[in-house]
Amino acid sequence: MTGTEVKAPVTPGVRLGPVSFVWRPWVVCVTLLLAAATFLVFCVSIGVGDFPIGLSRVMATVVGGGEQVDQFVIMDLRMPRALAGLVVGVALGVSGAITQSIARNPLASPDILGITGGAGAVAVFLVTVSGGTAAAVVDSVGLSGAALAGGLGTGLLVYFLAWRRGIDGFRLILIGISVSAVMEAVTTWLLVTADIRDVARAQAWLVGSLDNRSWDDVGVALWCTLVLMAVVTVVAFQFKPLHLGDDVAAGLGVRYTRVRAVLLLCAVLLAGVAVSAAGPVPFVALVAPQVAMRLAKCPTPPMAASGAVGALLLIGADLVARTALPITLPVGVVTAVIGGPFLIHLLVRANLR
Amino acid sequence: MGTIAVERPVLGGVTEARRRVAGSVALVLVLLAAVVVSLAVGARALTPAEVWRGLSAAPDPDQRLTEIRLIVRTVRVPRTVLAVVAGVALGVGGALIQGYTRNPIADTGLLGVNSGASFAVVLVIALFGFADPFQYVWFAFLGAAVAGVVVFGLASIGRGAGNPLTLALAGQGVTVFLAATTTAVALSDKASLNALRFWNAGSVAGVGFDVIGPVIAFIAVGLVLALIALPALNLLNLGDDVARGLGVNIVLSRTVGIAAVTLLAGAATAACGPIAFLGLMVAHTARYLTGPDYRWLVPYAGLLGAIVLLVCDIAGRLLVRPGELDAGVVVALLGAPFFAALVWRGKFRSA
Repeated sequence: MTGTEVKAPVTPGVRLGPVSFVWRPWVVCVTLLLAAATFLVFCVSIGVGDFPIGLSRVMATVVGGGEQVDQFVIMDLRMPRALAGLVVGVALGVSGAITQSIARNPLASPDILGITGGAGAVAVFLVTVSGGTAAAVVDSVGLSGAALAGGLGTGLLVYFLAWRRGIDGFRLILIGISVSAVMEAVTTWLLVTADIRDVARAQAWLVGSLDNRSWDDVGVALWCTLVLMAVVTVVAFQFKPLHLGDDVAAGLGVRYTRVRAVLLLCAVLLAGVAVSAAGPVPFVALVAPQVAMRLAKCPTPPMAASGAVGALLLIGADLVARTALPITLPVGVVTAVIGGPFLIHLLVRANLR
Repeated sequence: MGTIAVERPVLGGVTEARRRVAGSVALVLVLLAAVVVSLAVGARALTPAEVWRGLSAAPDPDQRLTEIRLIVRTVRVPRTVLAVVAGVALGVGGALIQGYTRNPIADTGLLGVNSGASFAVVLVIALFGFADPFQYVWFAFLGAAVAGVVVFGLASIGRGAGNPLTLALAGQGVTVFLAATTTAVALSDKASLNALRFWNAGSVAGVGFDVIGPVIAFIAVGLVLALIALPALNLLNLGDDVARGLGVNIVLSRTVGIAAVTLLAGAATAACGPIAFLGLMVAHTARYLTGPDYRWLVPYAGLLGAIVLLVCDIAGRLLVRPGELDAGVVVALLGAPFFAALVWRGKFRSA
């Protein structure tokens, strides 16, 4: 742009009582298309297996109809896994969108902020140290619950360590890196001292997997995610001005410290829920917001679209992990194999522009 | 980091140089003391006199001395030598990489050398069934070098070449990709999984001179290259344009420097496994001690690296007796809080 002409705002605002937002049809369109694509892949994923079921029959069963056999195979056997993928994907996508927005940095994903590392360390501890308190903990709250607590605790630790008259995004990332490193060191040491059979189990958990999910596993994660998403939706409206920087946001009347703390807590909890349900699936939280941002042509990661991309990515990766390869791999391997090159692609493109 | 290496005023120059020499002498003495302790401490504690007799060549019919000799020569000496050599390599590598990237959070681990080495180790164990470190150390080195070159190449494409975050992102991308493929291989092959978990902890124990020999050769070449690259590094830190104006061949000196870093980090990683934070930690300490002049900073970082790795290894032998904590784990437990403290004191600014 060469001139100094000022354009009138092209996007009209919408006001509903105390809430107001800018009406962006393109973002809504993209989000709806992504949701539709996610549903399609969800149904395809359910249909694939030792007992293949056609897409139309899957859809009929998912929305409530369908034959008895299909209902059994789908609702009892395959639905938990697919639903776990959906929930974990959404949780990771939204969590990544929040952390990346707050830190104003695409590197800031739950993987890097130590949340997944902390959850992993706790889980590996419980898997490898048998007997005594560890067994009692697993019996009472389950491995997932303990991992969730580990992730939450680590997230809070990072937040408090990074707190110094406020939170600075750069400091948050660096503290996260160092806390992650401690957690990884602990995990490594636990793996070295453990029995090889436990190691295989712990390693499979550490890479992120959707195998053998039951309705019990999914139920908790589903409800937690729904509640957290509701909180995020309400708070996110307060959040927009934060991209303008702390001072501007404060000037606009946003109590940024509180809003940010609540959102960050939601992000940590979402990541923790995801980790407890599927293990630390790498890269979804980092990639999904970046993809959503580009598709929706937003300057910052859009929450809803990030969640949809996360789900699409995770279910798609699980489908690939189960069907396309000679050996069955955990979904985390596939997301990392997609995610690494994607990050490099982002980098190279940004540099060549 | 945008530190600008400006010579100190001439008035203070003599005392400054004297102080730096005295400092390096002190570091060497500390290192020697650590070496002695490292030879003496372990599952079987020895007195310095016993260590000396174990080292000396004089034959002795005493049965007990043979045992001491065995411990000292086949266990303690290789372990100590490796800790010193790898420590120097990682320290010098860390200081150089911070200099070349002007990035205060740069660490040789960031270059992807760790993941490249683990991937190569797991791959050759799964494919050829290698079990002896002597067989796979070459592949570990190859993997480390290739990953390092790829990451640095990606980070120097186009505009982002000077941006600290670019290197971190490139390193992260390659690392995650390689880590995933490593896990995929390890999960389908139990032997490589078992080897991986020990190798991954980062340890200077249990490696013989058959491995240490080639590693020392690579590190020696890396140190020579580092020596060649050093004078230009101060000028490079004045900014590319100024350096070019002062007659520095920027591409050449970068290439030499990065080759040195890759050789040093790759060889150390091949022998010990991934040891994160060491280079970062000692580079910052060295800068604190010497100021921004890389001709002093880099040797200091090398000495400090050897001391820290050796002390961490000794601490690991003492902390969880009768077991052992791997040196890499101790370094991480020490380095991460150090790093967090640096961050907290506002040493790093966002780019």
